[in-house]
Amino acid sequence: MAQRVGIVGIGQTNHSGRRPYHNDGELIYDAVSAALADAQLSLKDIDNVIIGNMDLFEGHSLNDAMLLDYTGAAGRSGFKMNTGGTIGTMSVISGWYNVASEFCDTTLVIGWEKHDEGPTTSAITTIWDPALNRPFEVGAISGLSMISSAYMARSGCPLEIGAIVRAQASDNAARNPKAHLRERYTVQDVMSARMILYPLNLLMICPTSLGACAMVLAGEKKARKISRKPVWIRDHATAHQVTRGMDYSGAKVDTSMTVTGRKIFQRNHITRPMDEIQVFEMYDPCAFCQPAWLEEFGLCEAGQGWRLIEKGVTAREGSFPVSPSGGTLCTNAIGDTGTVRVAEAALQLRGDAGDHQVTRDVKMALASGYGGMYWTDLLLLSNTLD
Amino acid sequence: MANEAAKKEPMFTEGYVIMPYKYSVGTLASKFFIQIRDSKKINGVKCPKCNIVIIPPRSVCSKCFSKIEDLVELSGKGTLVTYTVAHYDSAVQAMKPPYAIGVIKLDGADTAITHFIGEVDFKELKAGMKLEAVFNEIRNANILDIKYFKPVKK
Repeated sequence: MAQRVGIVGIGQTNHSGRRPYHNDGELIYDAVSAALADAQLSLKDIDNVIIGNMDLFEGHSLNDAMLLDYTGAAGRSGFKMNTGGTIGTMSVISGWYNVASEFCDTTLVIGWEKHDEGPTTSAITTIWDPALNRPFEVGAISGLSMISSAYMARSGCPLEIGAIVRAQASDNAARNPKAHLRERYTVQDVMSARMILYPLNLLMICPTSLGACAMVLAGEKKARKISRKPVWIRDHATAHQVTRGMDYSGAKVDTSMTVTGRKIFQRNHITRPMDEIQVFEMYDPCAFCQPAWLEEFGLCEAGQGWRLIEKGVTAREGSFPVSPSGGTLCTNAIGDTGTVRVAEAALQLRGDAGDHQVTRDVKMALASGYGGMYWTDLLLLSNTLD
Repeated sequence: MANEAAKKEPMFTEGYVIMPYKYSVGTLASKFFIQIRDSKKINGVKCPKCNIVIIPPRSVCSKCFSKIEDLVELSGKGTLVTYTVAHYDSAVQAMKPPYAIGVIKLDGADTAITHFIGEVDFKELKAGMKLEAVFNEIRNANILDIKYFKPVKK
């Protein structure tokens, strides 16, 4: 039987587009210090360190070794997670495995990225099959535009829904001091932004940000000693998806969202997820991810995702808030984006999300990770073990 | 006297990483590219166990994990599954914008292939439209031997 695992410390830097006076290590140190302070622990209490960041995004690799002074990993076990968009959630999940298996009792999970310092789009383009797909791809955006235009065609979702999602995200991010893009936009503002890859305009895709996020995970006994409000990682699921580049829609397979959603809801006897779960911090890198993936995760019927958004269900004050932090659409330092999703869901469960705390009473939350290539992680968190 | 550059604060160290690479396309994809180069024919592969036709060609079935040995010829015509139009320019792109990219399901295939869509008014792009392959005059056994897919004239 696995040991239960709780999140007992959370720390995040502010996110931004440029921060020339801080190097990567200094960002990491700020997030780690904040997480340790939140847990009222010191580095000597940490057994194991997992660091998440994407090789090549800053033009260097194996930087976990270069950054030991800042991460606190010297003399400890741990490794680097390097899985693209899912880095952050895979880091938390790996931390869970390390603690749940009793390999260690505490794990520090760190995610960071500093996109201002490297060729992110060029680096992402190297993930595509060199012989078959690379000439047609534009970093991560081409795949996301294909997903979006396929969703619009199959569901009848109008372009304006993407603008509603982004305007809502901007209102959430304006309340979140850690978010990167904090300007408020109206639906009209979003609709008039410059087209990048149809149907995605400049405001409908995530920014390139810099920032770091750290969390301390502990086994149940220790977690109860450390924290008055531990947040429990109840379950998690990961799925990959056959893609052959962007041609997933021709393959007629369940998407990675469908597989992970089904597993989590079945294993936890959740039959009405939108009633039984109160908030979802979704890894939503473009404006049509929320409507498409609400459906694919099995949260609502096919074709209903965009109608729920139109009705205001996913707003911060709605009955099923999605990404109340402003989400990936407003902040995307890839190596910490998934870590931030889990951290923000945990803050909602603790009631510590400040101005962007949702208005519902939160007992159970979802956090997801998404990345190359069409890979999904889904975590179920709660504030009690009942 | 110190020059202007030397007076700037040392906030960054700048550099380049150039990464040449080559990539073995694999046994079946080699045949696929040679067929395109020599006879302007597009082949898929057929799984001997579950009979699905996969393109681009891979040596293992993504559905049942069987080894695939054989190519099957496809017509070069198909249906648009989804698409995007690039209005954005960056160093990593193969073409100057605006241009269209589509996911195309060739007749007889169970999966789809990604490629450019040419000779098309972007406003007419629609999932479900019929497309056919146009080949380049000079072909080098790579995916760009197919110039693009264009709408089939009614």
